[in-house]
Amino acid sequence: MIFTIAAKELKTLFSSPLAWIILAVLEFILAYFFLSQVDAFLAVQSQFTAFANPPGLTELVVAPLFGNAAMVLLMAVPLLSMRLIAEERRNQTLALFLSAPITVTEIVLGKFLGLMAFLGLIVGLVVAMSLSLYAGAAIDLGLLAGNVLGLALLAASFAALGLFISSLTAHPIAAAVGSLGAFLGLWIVNLSAREPDSWLHTLSLLKHFESFNRGVINTADAAYFLLFTLLFLVLAVRRLDNQRLRG
Amino acid sequence: MPDITLNARALSRNFGLRTAVRDVGFELRQGEVLGLLGPNGAGKTTTLQMLAGCLAPTAGTIEICGIDLLEQPRQAKALLGYLPETPPLYRELTVDEYLRLAARLRRVAKPAVAEAVESAKRRCGLAEVGKRLIGNLSKGFQQRVGIAQAIVHNPRVVILDEPTVGLDPIQIREIRSLVRELGREHSVILSTHILPEVESVCDRIQIMHLGQLVFSGDWEELKQRHPAQSSLEEAFIQLTRQQEESA
Repeated sequence: MIFTIAAKELKTLFSSPLAWIILAVLEFILAYFFLSQVDAFLAVQSQFTAFANPPGLTELVVAPLFGNAAMVLLMAVPLLSMRLIAEERRNQTLALFLSAPITVTEIVLGKFLGLMAFLGLIVGLVVAMSLSLYAGAAIDLGLLAGNVLGLALLAASFAALGLFISSLTAHPIAAAVGSLGAFLGLWIVNLSAREPDSWLHTLSLLKHFESFNRGVINTADAAYFLLFTLLFLVLAVRRLDNQRLRG
Repeated sequence: MPDITLNARALSRNFGLRTAVRDVGFELRQGEVLGLLGPNGAGKTTTLQMLAGCLAPTAGTIEICGIDLLEQPRQAKALLGYLPETPPLYRELTVDEYLRLAARLRRVAKPAVAEAVESAKRRCGLAEVGKRLIGNLSKGFQQRVGIAQAIVHNPRVVILDEPTVGLDPIQIREIRSLVRELGREHSVILSTHILPEVESVCDRIQIMHLGQLVFSGDWEELKQRHPAQSSLEEAFIQLTRQQEESA
């Protein structure tokens, strides 16, 4: 049942030009960045022979690429998640789900997985870009795997929060602006924190992504993303359930 | 005694301090069309939303074929089909895709979906438009798609909220004959504020006004009780006026 709803979401995404435009624009921006990064690497490569332990291709090209992809996802997810529930509410189509023999949890999980499938596609394109380096060099697969995992967890957190914000309103644009604000806020919340052990660092999405970006798979960071995702999925379920109770 | 397919007792619903529906009861038998009649704002839509499980009642119980809708929503909802006031249509899907989704959401087994969709299309006169996008169909066809999604899983109880609103006279006649046909195999509740509609399709009527039931019975009873009134219209006006005076 969850997969039926997920498939429907994916289909809805692809039946509007928005999804295709987002894919095309993201791919263009990331490819441009990737090429300039490869160029920069080729320019400095010769000097590395002097170092005992020079940074590798993966560190200099792939990790920054994933860091950028995270920023780009931050901008793209609000546009993709805004419609999930807000538009259904606006068009009064939620009744189809609410009168069907399915639970609110199934509805929310279905929508979440539908969006995750699309985000998975974006992550997949970034991975494909990194793997294309194999054409001329060897890359550090461990570092790549850490980045993929980090980006996927980050995408899940964005998707869950975006879904929750979409469930608060009947206006997709309001949901998009709200999500973007929330993502940016959580991204930079630790900017003003001077002490390294400030609790603001715990809150920041960026801080938790950084370790994955360096190739460190830290269970505390993974747990942060998983709990974050779970929290907002539960809140979205509660919110939809409340609608039935309060009207 | 014929099977009772839907039994609602003492339903009430408050929105904040405002009471939209107060102490309303229903009994629906197999093979019966019940007309829920009332002026705009009488609480018809709220009542039907509660019967369809989209809105939780503040007080009262609802049983579908003996299964409590509030305690076992999954089993109970599988037995009902619901067309809200605004049909919950996805403009970007084709009629076939949409009906397949509706059938899957109503837990029609996968191998039976194609057959269920075909039969719903046949009954609603949609055979020719299966491949077309719902957004491009005329209002009359969209309304039929709305009815088709409500009957695609062959439910015992069909709830139709103003199924003929906004249609032209020919379409209205088609929808009415469809409702009569549905009434033979399923039990149907339909709400309307158009009096001749009730006269032509319903076996029994319930009249609501200001959130309360003011009449329940069949034609003969209504005529007997209001012998001075020559038409349904006058009886209706008198009933609602009495209610307003007593309130």
